[in-house]
Amino acid sequence: MGSQVRVYRQKIKSAQTTKKITKAMELISASRIQKAQQRVAASGPYSRAVTRAVSAVATYSNVDHVLTTEPEKVERAAIVIFSSDRGLAGAFNSNVLREAEELATLLRTQGKDVVYYLVGRKSVGYFKFRRRASEREWVGGTDNPTFETAKEIGDAVVAKFLQSAGDGGVDEIHIVYNRFVSMMIQVPEVVRLLPLEVVDGVDAPGDHEVFPLYEFEPEVGDVLDALLPVYIESRIFNAMLQSAAAKHAATQKAMKSASDNADKLINDYTRLANNARQSEITQQISEIVGGADALASAKK
Amino acid sequence: MADLTVSVVSADQEIWSGRASMVVARTTEGEIGILPGHEPLLAILATGEVRVTVAGGGAPIRAQADGGFLSVAQDTVTIVARNAELVSS
Repeated sequence: MGSQVRVYRQKIKSAQTTKKITKAMELISASRIQKAQQRVAASGPYSRAVTRAVSAVATYSNVDHVLTTEPEKVERAAIVIFSSDRGLAGAFNSNVLREAEELATLLRTQGKDVVYYLVGRKSVGYFKFRRRASEREWVGGTDNPTFETAKEIGDAVVAKFLQSAGDGGVDEIHIVYNRFVSMMIQVPEVVRLLPLEVVDGVDAPGDHEVFPLYEFEPEVGDVLDALLPVYIESRIFNAMLQSAAAKHAATQKAMKSASDNADKLINDYTRLANNARQSEITQQISEIVGGADALASAKK
Repeated sequence: MADLTVSVVSADQEIWSGRASMVVARTTEGEIGILPGHEPLLAILATGEVRVTVAGGGAPIRAQADGGFLSVAQDTVTIVARNAELVSS
């Protein structure tokens, strides 16, 4: 067999092996999306209930709480970046990191210091490669986030928030994560967690409406104290679940296009190999014919 | 008398929801019982049991709630806890 044909055969084989792997990964993530989506849906009632309660306190009482009031001067802001542990997910991680960089640039132009909290091996790697400092890191378990991790992250950022800026505390907390919109679309999203920005779920009462008076047990301040960490946790947990679902969807999409590309490569190389084989045969025939001609004319 | 709409949710799932005639829970201040028509309330729960008397009779639903809160508004009671599970009697 000619050397050219052998080269093409090798390439076909390697594309086939790659395709097997990508196809398997595609199927795995496709099955995991379902589960991740179910978890997002299952955590919905909790985060809705918590959000509603927080908005109720914030709307129906005029309490000044450290977590809800805007600080006069923001010296430092924290950004929590939710990336994934593994790659092979298309632009999943670069999207979220780019969004975080844009946010950091914006905050810096407003004269704020930026500190980072990183979730997922990919963002940690990104920071390490650029020799940039981060406040804390959480790696592992982004595929299947647990509430304990969310609680840990929540505790860490709330504790930092409650510190005064002089001691290295932060005055704002932002989170950046990929939101799962559909199987095909995942959008990086930036949300300011603290001080509380948007409170949805309860309509602000109009002037003419009767102000429903909530009773608080034990006290408004205590209720807020207990409620806000819970709210932060649930938002973080939700972000982690969304990010996990989005990661699986992104992997599935990336692996699907990789399998498609492998198919195309196999097709192209098969054509080329056939071509090479055919031209080899043609050449051999013409050599034989030429040789036979030469022999015949020599005999005469 | 109207019924209460009750839902018990934990961090990762909704544990129970349905209609009930009474809810008894333990807050940090002590036990509290809620009947239809209760004023809007937000209370911090202490570790303890929440008992829901199902409307129309039947065995009461009991759930163990650990660190959470209880909100009542317009006859809708939501019991929210990080960790909560039903107790089978």
